Amino acid sequence: MSSILKSLSYSPGRFGPYGGRYVPETLMVPLFELERGYELAKSDPSFQARLADLLKNFAGRPTPLQFAERLTNKLGGPRIYLKREDLLHTGAHKINNAIGQGLLAVKMGKPRIVAETGAGQHGVASATVAAQLGLECTVYMGTDDMARQSPNVSRMRILGAKVVGVDSGSRTLKDAINEAMRDWVTNVRSTHYLLGSVLGAHPYPTMVRDFQSVIGREAREQILASEKRLPTHLFACVGGGSNAIGLFYHFLRDREVKMIGIEAGGRGTGSGEHAARLGAAQGFTGARPGVLHGTYTYVLQNEDGQISATHSISAGLDYPAIGPEHAWLADEKRAEYFAMSDNAALDAARLLCRSEGIIPALESAHALAGLIERLPSLHKNDLVILNLSGRGDKDMDTYSRLL
Amino acid sequence: MSIPAAQLNRIEKCFAALRAAGEMGVVAYITAGDPSLDATLEFVLALEEAGTDVIELGVPFSDPLADGPTIQRASERALKTGASLPKILELVGRIRKSSQIPLVLFSYYNPILQMGLEKFAAAASEAGVDGVLATDLSPEESVEYRRILAAHHLDTIFLCAPTSTDERLASIAACSSGFLYLVSRTGVTGAKDTLPDDLPSLLRRVRNFTTLPIAVGFGISLPGHVTLLGGLADAAVVGSSLVAEIEHAKTPQQAAKALRERIRILKDAARHGLSKREAAI
Repeated sequence: MSSILKSLSYSPGRFGPYGGRYVPETLMVPLFELERGYELAKSDPSFQARLADLLKNFAGRPTPLQFAERLTNKLGGPRIYLKREDLLHTGAHKINNAIGQGLLAVKMGKPRIVAETGAGQHGVASATVAAQLGLECTVYMGTDDMARQSPNVSRMRILGAKVVGVDSGSRTLKDAINEAMRDWVTNVRSTHYLLGSVLGAHPYPTMVRDFQSVIGREAREQILASEKRLPTHLFACVGGGSNAIGLFYHFLRDREVKMIGIEAGGRGTGSGEHAARLGAAQGFTGARPGVLHGTYTYVLQNEDGQISATHSISAGLDYPAIGPEHAWLADEKRAEYFAMSDNAALDAARLLCRSEGIIPALESAHALAGLIERLPSLHKNDLVILNLSGRGDKDMDTYSRLL
Repeated sequence: MSIPAAQLNRIEKCFAALRAAGEMGVVAYITAGDPSLDATLEFVLALEEAGTDVIELGVPFSDPLADGPTIQRASERALKTGASLPKILELVGRIRKSSQIPLVLFSYYNPILQMGLEKFAAAASEAGVDGVLATDLSPEESVEYRRILAAHHLDTIFLCAPTSTDERLASIAACSSGFLYLVSRTGVTGAKDTLPDDLPSLLRRVRNFTTLPIAVGFGISLPGHVTLLGGLADAAVVGSSLVAEIEHAKTPQQAAKALRERIRILKDAARHGLSKREAAI
């Protein structure tokens, strides 16, 4: 690994050695323009006012920070609060970023957006924002994911988006991103690529984090108001890692707050059976730093640098690379990451349904599974915030069969 | 340039000869290992025999996001047969036993990075590779890569694109050796019926920033395309249309024959079209 690290130059958009900008030349200038456009938007009062208005009145922010009393009692450990991103319009945190980037597309004079989607939540959020802002929208989605998240395919189409099935490779999120990037590189003059996670070339990992950091900013104020102290632990699921970094970001300076990201352990440690990029300590193999989709980060790959197939019951976590900022937080030991299996996520989902009356997205169920796994090391006076990043409507087929 | 010919590498020699003859070159891309590494060896020799000036060997990658469907499928076929960067370097060694045609590796960055820059550069140079183009590696991210490849006498070829600003064209030219690869259009690889209208003006713009030869690729498949580039470009790159011949042929022998025919027609257009660069400028 050290020889790989040495071979990198340290350019803008780096999180330690991770991140960067690895794209074909055609996309370099569009990325610079996006970076500049985003910098201007940050200090543009009218942009910020419009963003705040849409987050509040269209998406439904702030989301509640709910004390999960029955869950807390049932587990018999720390006090557990749920950050209810599942209550947002379209059913997940993805709308926070979609509104931000949608407004940016308008500001930059791009009449069309393209997006990739795994679970369909980012696709639905993009289609929704496109309709709200009058943009044309095409969403790329792996055909395997279309089958397992079919309600979201219908939602996108009803909202006026064109949904294009991607039949190449593993027919999941990775392949949808390939196809979205091919569309973007072809139509780059008219089109903004509304990337849905903290992945891709700079400025995406930074920009998407900023748009999602509203989660942790609210949660920090809310927990201080209700408990008069900071949480001891944050739990969130990590595919690319946008909901996790959104929760973590405003707590990064609070060194006493432990941050835990839960990856998809799938069916276990076998190759192609999981999406655990940072799970080496648990025996998950095949992840090394490398370049995928424009960024340098931990990637599941073989010896030759070919990207591995992944598996998770949750389409939103079924991706071979982790956001570069998470890779850095892991190296720095500022956050901790481990994986939970498909079955543990299903058990956690059932528990949340019955104890709190909340059907979580399969992705978010992984976060709860991670919290349950950690219970033996948590104390009664610990205080947990768990990011309930999305609701489970899209997973009803899976739940109907397996719960 | 007053460098004696003996000190020029294969790519420089090739373009110097083309310029002296006032001829445009034909660069042929094929995906290495499609349908097998043995077949690739046969194809390289066939391409050379038909008059190809430079050959780009594509290193297959699982996620070829700059490529259209034809090369995506070729990459999948090649990976299924077990093609990998180390095996392709071995193949180059075998090619060098019977051919001195300039060879450029056309790869995504990750396979190179995983092999290790130093190990890759040493092995590529030893095998007889002349230049390397990493599709998703920009000048900004390539400081170490350029230093190490240059130390092993490998040309570093970078892409220029229609979206590149003048400022970027200047820095891309400064980072490049061998030749510049100009992407004809915004988009992915793949044969198209026509060339973009703004290509001649784009070529003239790039020409302001470099004395290196300029090869134009993406969407070029027909003799008419090559003719149109005459007087403007130093070489035309054909890829997907060759890869499609390989895909559709029933046997590697049949594919080699089809490749020969295609190159002969394209090379003929390059020789006899408006190919005198001085004449048009």
